Amino acid sequence: MATKASRASARLMISPAVILLLGWMIIPLSMTLYFSFLRYNLLQPGPTPFVGWENYYWFFTDPSFSAAMINTLVLVGGVLTITTVGGICFALLLDRPMFGQGIIRIMVIAPFFVMPTVSGLVWKNMFMNPVNGIFGRIATSLGFQPVDFFGQIPMASIILIVSWMWLPFATLILLTALQSLDQEQLEAAEMDGANWRNRFWFIMLPHMARAITVVILIQTIFLLSIFAEILVTTNGGPGVATTNLTYLIYVSSLLQFDVGIGSAGGVVAIILANIVALFLMRMIGKNLDA
Amino acid sequence: MGQISLSQVTKSFGDVNVIPPLDLEINEGEFVVFVGPSGCGKSTLLRLIAGLEDVTSGHIAIDGQDATDVPPAKRGLAMVFQSYALYPHMTVRKNIAFPLRMAKLDQAAQDKKVEEAARVLNLTDYLDRRPGQLSGGQRQRVAIGRAIVREPAAFLFDEPLSNLDAALRVNMRLEISELHKQLDTTMIYVTHDQVEAMTMADKIVVLRAGNIEQVGSPLELYRRPQNKFVAGFIGSPKMNFLTGATAAAYDAQTIGIRPEHLEVSRDSGDWKGVVGVSEHLGSDTFFHVPVPDSDDPLTVRASGEVDLKRGEEIFLTPIQEHLHRFDDQGLAIR
Ligand SMILES: Nc1ncnc2c1ncn2[C@@H]1O[C@H](COP(=O)(O)OP(=O)(O)OP(=O)(O)O)[C@@H](O)[C@H]1O
Ligand SMILES: [Mg+2]
Repeated sequence: MATKASRASARLMISPAVILLLGWMIIPLSMTLYFSFLRYNLLQPGPTPFVGWENYYWFFTDPSFSAAMINTLVLVGGVLTITTVGGICFALLLDRPMFGQGIIRIMVIAPFFVMPTVSGLVWKNMFMNPVNGIFGRIATSLGFQPVDFFGQIPMASIILIVSWMWLPFATLILLTALQSLDQEQLEAAEMDGANWRNRFWFIMLPHMARAITVVILIQTIFLLSIFAEILVTTNGGPGVATTNLTYLIYVSSLLQFDVGIGSAGGVVAIILANIVALFLMRMIGKNLDA
Repeated sequence: MGQISLSQVTKSFGDVNVIPPLDLEINEGEFVVFVGPSGCGKSTLLRLIAGLEDVTSGHIAIDGQDATDVPPAKRGLAMVFQSYALYPHMTVRKNIAFPLRMAKLDQAAQDKKVEEAARVLNLTDYLDRRPGQLSGGQRQRVAIGRAIVREPAAFLFDEPLSNLDAALRVNMRLEISELHKQLDTTMIYVTHDQVEAMTMADKIVVLRAGNIEQVGSPLELYRRPQNKFVAGFIGSPKMNFLTGATAAAYDAQTIGIRPEHLEVSRDSGDWKGVVGVSEHLGSDTFFHVPVPDSDDPLTVRASGEVDLKRGEEIFLTPIQEHLHRFDDQGLAIR
C-alpha cells in the first residue's frame, strides 16, 4: 500500500464489504430506534402513530424492568467470576505436562461446541431434573431430598449452565497466554526465592492480565444477550427470577406483540451494553495498552 | 563462602546422556569460565549447579554442605540468564528488589540495597523505567543488579553477553571483571567465546560433549594444552595443525603451532609455501599459506604492516619451544 494510486484502489475494493457491514448494522439499529418511538402493537392493526418517549416510559415502569436489570448484572457478574477464576485454574492445570495431554485439552474445549439450546436442555433434563436428573438420583440414593434446581435456585442454575459453556473459552485463551510465558522468567523467580504462590502472583498473573482483560470484555458482550439457555430451561421464571433484559424484550415484543415497547427495550439494552463496556474499559482496559 | 564441588555428577535427558560422570572443584572467590562448542552441556552443567535441573546421579556440595537435593532458592546462588529474564511488568527498581521482597526484608533495607546496587551499576537514572524501555546493556546490568542485591555465595552467568554488540560486549566484559574484583565472590561464567574466557577467567574449564577436557588458568591452557581439542579451541586465530611427513619429522602424529609462533622469511626456512589471502588488521596481519600436510592453509601472524603479496613464495619456521606434539589419540606428547 505504498503509492497513492494503490491506496485509492484498495479503498475502492474494500468498500463493498465495508458498506455491506455498515448497512448490516445501521439498518436494524435505525429501524429499532424508529419503532421505539411508535405505538406499534401487532394485535391492533391500523395506524402506528408517533408517540415520543411513551414506550420508554412504559418499559421503565414495567414492574419486571428493575428485576430484569438486576438479573442481567447478576448473571453476567456470576458467570464472569466463575469462568475467569475457573479458567485460570484449568489453564494452570493443563499447562503442566501430563499423560494424554492432547485429548484432555480437546475434551476441555468440547462444551464450547455444544449449541446453547442443546446444552440448556441437556442440563435441564439429564442433570437438574429433580426426578430423572443425575443430581436428583444421586441425592435420592444418598437419602437426601433432591434439589429442584429451576424452582429453588433458578438463577444459580442458569449461571452454572452458562459458566459451563463459557469456561472452555476462558481456559483456552488463558492457557495460550500461560504458554507464552518465558520459562526463564519463572526460573529466575525461583532462584530469587519465590515460592509457587509468589511466582503465580508476581509473574504468571501479571503476564496473563491482558488475556484476562480480553476474556472479560468478550464474554461480557456475549453474556449481556444470553437468551436461548433461559428460553429452554426456565422461561424467565419462576415469576421473573431469571428474566434478563434480553428475555424481557422478547416477552414484550413477541409474547405481548408490542413492537414499540420491545424496540425501546432494545435501545435500552444497547445503551446498557455500552455503559458496561465503557466501565470495563476504564477499569481494566489500561492493561491493553501497556 | 562460595566453594562448590561436584563429584561424579551425571545428567541424562531420557536416554540421552548429556553429562558423563564429572568431577570439578571451584574455589572460593574464583572466576571460573566454562567454555566449549555449542551443545556440549555448558548450560546444563550451570543449571545443575543452580538446582534448576536435578542431577541424575552424583553429588553437589556448596561450602562443604551437600546441596544435591536443596531447592534453587536455598542454595544461595544467583543466576544471570542469557535472555536476562527480567520481569517485564515491574520497574527496574522492583525487578532489583524482587529477591529482597521474597526474602521479606523490610522496605527501608530494600530501598537502601537497591540504591546501592543501582549506583554500582550506573542504573540510578533508570530505576523507574520498565525493562522494555531499556537498551540491551542496561537490561544486562539490571539482571546483574538483581543478582548482586542477594549477596549470593556465587554468581552464575549463562552467556550473558551474547545478545550485545561487539563494542558493548568488550565494555561489559570489563565491568563484570571489575565487579568480580570488588565483590570478591565466586563467579561461574558460561561462554562459547574463547576471548571472553581468556580475558576474564581465573580458571577455564574446557568442555566437550559433557566431558571436561582440561582445567587450568588461561595461560596454562594456552601454553600447555593437554590435547588437540583444547589446543584448537583456545587461542585466536586457531592453532595450525600439520600431519604426515612434517609431523613425523617431530616424532608425532600431529603437530600444532600457533599463528604467532611462526617466523616468516623470504629466503630460507623449514616449510615452503605461497602466500594466499591476507587479512590486514592494522596492528597485525594474518597470512593464509597453503602447505602440504595441512588440510587448511596455515595462518601466520606478522605484527604491524608487512608487505607480502599474494602469490609470493615464502618460508615458514616454527619456533621450537612453542611447538605442540600430539599422538594418535590427540593427546599431547611432552
Ligand atoms: N531439556 C532437555 N531435553 C533433552 N535434551 C536436552 C535438554 N536440554 C539440553 N539438552 C541437550 O543437552 C545438550 C547440552 O545442552 P546445553 O544447553 O547444555 O548446551 P550448551 O553447551 O549450553 O550449548 P550452547 O552454547 O549452544 O548454549 C544438547 O545436546 C541438548 O540437545
Ligand atoms: Mg547454553
